[in-house]
Amino acid sequence: MIAQIIFQIIIIIALAPLLSGIMKKVKAFFQIRKGPGILQPYYDIIKLLKKDSVISENVSWIFHAAPIISFAAVLTAGLLIPIYITQLSLGFAGDLIAVIYLFALARFFTALASLDAGSSFGGMGGSREMFIASLVEPALMLSIFAVALNVGSTNLGFISQTVSSLGFDAMSPYQILAFVALFIIAIAETGRIPVDNPATHLELTMIHEAMILEYSGKQLAIVELGAMIKQLLIYSLLANIFFPWGIATGGADAAEYVLALLIFVIKIIIIGISMAVVETSTAKWRLFRLPELLSISLMLSFLAIVAFIIVKGG
Amino acid sequence: MLAFYLIGAFSSLILNKKDRICSYFSFSSAAAGALSGVLFSSGIIFGDSFYFTLSQDSYLKFGFFVDKLSAFFILVISISVFAVSIFSTGYVKEYFGKKNIGHLGFLYNIFIISMIFVVCANNAIMFLIVWELMSVISFFLVVYEHEKPETRKAGFIYIVMTHIGTGFIILSFMIFASGSGNFNFETFKAAGSTMTPLLKDLAFIFAFIGFGTKAGIVPLHIWLPYAHPAAPSNVSALMSGVMIKTAIFMLIRINFDFLGASESLWGYIVLIAGTISAIIGILYAVVESDMKRMLAFSSIENIGIILIGLGASMIFLSSGKPILSAIAAIAALYHLLNHSVFKGLLFMGAGSILYSTHTKNIEKLGGIIKKMPVSAILILIGVLSISAMPPFSGFVSEWLTFQSLLLSFDLNNNFAIITLSISAALLALTGALAAYCFLKFFGMVFLALPRSEHAQHAKEVNIPMLAGMGIFALLSILLGILPMYVLPALDRIAASFIGTSAFSQSIPVGTFGMISIPSSHGISISTPVLLAILLILMLIPAIILLINRNTRQPFYETWGCGQPVSTSRNEYSAKAFSKPVQVWFKSLYRPARETEATYSSPYLKESFKFESRIEQVFEQYLYNPVVDFVMVKSRKARLIQTGSIHAYLGYIFGILIILFMFVIAGGD
Repeated sequence: MIAQIIFQIIIIIALAPLLSGIMKKVKAFFQIRKGPGILQPYYDIIKLLKKDSVISENVSWIFHAAPIISFAAVLTAGLLIPIYITQLSLGFAGDLIAVIYLFALARFFTALASLDAGSSFGGMGGSREMFIASLVEPALMLSIFAVALNVGSTNLGFISQTVSSLGFDAMSPYQILAFVALFIIAIAETGRIPVDNPATHLELTMIHEAMILEYSGKQLAIVELGAMIKQLLIYSLLANIFFPWGIATGGADAAEYVLALLIFVIKIIIIGISMAVVETSTAKWRLFRLPELLSISLMLSFLAIVAFIIVKGG
Repeated sequence: MLAFYLIGAFSSLILNKKDRICSYFSFSSAAAGALSGVLFSSGIIFGDSFYFTLSQDSYLKFGFFVDKLSAFFILVISISVFAVSIFSTGYVKEYFGKKNIGHLGFLYNIFIISMIFVVCANNAIMFLIVWELMSVISFFLVVYEHEKPETRKAGFIYIVMTHIGTGFIILSFMIFASGSGNFNFETFKAAGSTMTPLLKDLAFIFAFIGFGTKAGIVPLHIWLPYAHPAAPSNVSALMSGVMIKTAIFMLIRINFDFLGASESLWGYIVLIAGTISAIIGILYAVVESDMKRMLAFSSIENIGIILIGLGASMIFLSSGKPILSAIAAIAALYHLLNHSVFKGLLFMGAGSILYSTHTKNIEKLGGIIKKMPVSAILILIGVLSISAMPPFSGFVSEWLTFQSLLLSFDLNNNFAIITLSISAALLALTGALAAYCFLKFFGMVFLALPRSEHAQHAKEVNIPMLAGMGIFALLSILLGILPMYVLPALDRIAASFIGTSAFSQSIPVGTFGMISIPSSHGISISTPVLLAILLILMLIPAIILLINRNTRQPFYETWGCGQPVSTSRNEYSAKAFSKPVQVWFKSLYRPARETEATYSSPYLKESFKFESRIEQVFEQYLYNPVVDFVMVKSRKARLIQTGSIHAYLGYIFGILIILFMFVIAGGD
């Protein structure tokens, strides 16, 4: 049990920068650039860990505590999400709703820290981040409803197992609608174009980067790693709620675990690549156009529920 | 228990010239009363009901009736009173020499007694008397600082609204009385099952409007954002934390006990009203810059969340799913308990900030985390709880509320599924906006640099105030991480009015403090485990940060594009922070702004003034037309008010003659 927990933590931390690196490479490919190697995020984090941190004179203990709390909250969520097996040792401790609220906890402290230094960039980033979170939340809850209606639970291990055992029968109109809705939400949650541009430091457009502007050195390394982990976890949610095929269920042997892990990596890379394609093929939207994007997601989730009622004959 | 409050009330009247002794006497006896209240009510929750009558007349039995539901509310009242009383002994120092402490102590104690009587009354007449007592006393407490004009306005709006509410309550009770033949609550139960559906509907609607006014359901909420900020902070903590909950108590009594929650329509009404209250309440809270007004709007939101749970519970019960109904009711009761704790904490926190800085305008504060470190931590706990952050208390009750809405897929009723899922989506939006709102509150008040003189001179508040807040902060954490001990008690209470226990068929307390939803596929959370994992995982980044591989942490000013900008004028303001929401919902806020600039030369601005306002839509478009209409009609009515006593005698004579004729004609 303990071994599974520790192994899951190691896998999450180890894979998160790789996913980031691959996505950057794919983006570079579409922009006809060579781009940094896929291992670059690892080098960046190691480099940051060796550097001094410059700390603003205005900050309080919140600024120092926030990266620690946010990182731990995201990683805790990681222990509730099925990665390569459905029988999670800690699966009883929280369901999909708990995962969302753990992400909210991480976001809350990052945004608090953004206000602590007293810079207008921080306030701007925090304000926009919370705004987008408010936009995302209703659509997210409706799509959870759609998934839970279908499977009958919000327990993530149970969802994966059920969908996985159904095989391709699980593919249904409502499942696809809910997937597209959650895909849009995933764009917003991971701060990708058209919602936020992770590659910019232009004050008019940055959101997440504005929040963490005052961090440097080791603290920045923690914050960046936390963001990468969150991205990996959100893509795993997408993968293992909608396409959990290949995931190991209880009682598998070592070979099956390795196979399940490989399949997981492939799934994550596919989602990462499609995310990068979406990102290169759209332009960033103005902040106040985002309600439109998120209402598309809201409508899709609502349609998923309606479709469920129609298909199942209510 | 009552004796303590009475001692507190009258001793403070007697001692009203000696501020210090008087405050200690009145508030410590209130605290003692509260402690005995806790013991008394927990005895009833786990034991039998308490029934005490003064007169055995069958038409009107005067007395007290305390069942599990009443005991739960006495418990909530007592817990709040205990913490708030301790806080008050420190807080009223603010008024020493300026105001009459004796009056405050007297009103405070009588107010508590009236609230306790409200939840124990056993007949309609007695209920109305104590209800009115509670309203009037709280009115006096609201206008305690009556030298301020806005306080007088607040008091006026409050007393008018609360009487409109009482009017509807009387109507509802009349309908019950016409069915039962007398005013005892016992017989109301019997009447509830024999009345015609139309009468039942009317009784429900009138009660809902009447108690909804007290609870602050949108659009009957307009008194709340005036009255709560105007009252002294310790009183606002009680009003917001407890008083508005007495209305929820009566709604549960009437819907479940008297009417048996037999119509699903009522459930939908409660659910929809709750959803609207939640979303409208938090939308106004987000853009508010006055701390206490913001908290008052957030109370509207939380009452909405409680009503969502109750509404779902009524829908489930009327659809023949008592277990689901019990789960939803437990969610509502849990949130009610949590709200009284964290809202009390936050009102006391706002009181502490006000005490220390003499301003409640968020825009003028900032940076006081360094001046008031202990208060900051306590208030942060309150903020995290109200934002439903795991593993704090608000998270557990919101999680339960979401789960009870999700349970709608057991209903096989498409309308219910769609209504409840939309309600869940809006509840999610409410939760996100609540986090936004309280992030703004904490960030703007405590972090960065002070924005005014007021904030620069802040200092930590005194020990009793910290102790009062500390009790609630501790409770917020305990209610969050130990739900497995709270749920069985709430289960008993919910079972007492629903008739079925949710957790009797499965063990609510599993291993590691797990709480699981009965009859579901493994839906469970375990907040103690979540907290433990969080704490353990915090070690990873903490160790990375602490390993000192020759790295330094030099201090430098905040980055401002290379310009020296470390002043509070460059900080983001509270208004700007919530601006995106204001733009998003501009059709609700209808913002108006005025700018005014003076120029020393055509190119150089000398000063710039910016003013922005939002409209209170409900006041503007719902209440003002009604008030105008009433004023116009009253002016018409003035024609017959001649002021001469002869004319009035004439009117009385005329009416008498008409009545006689009516009787003679055999009218019935």
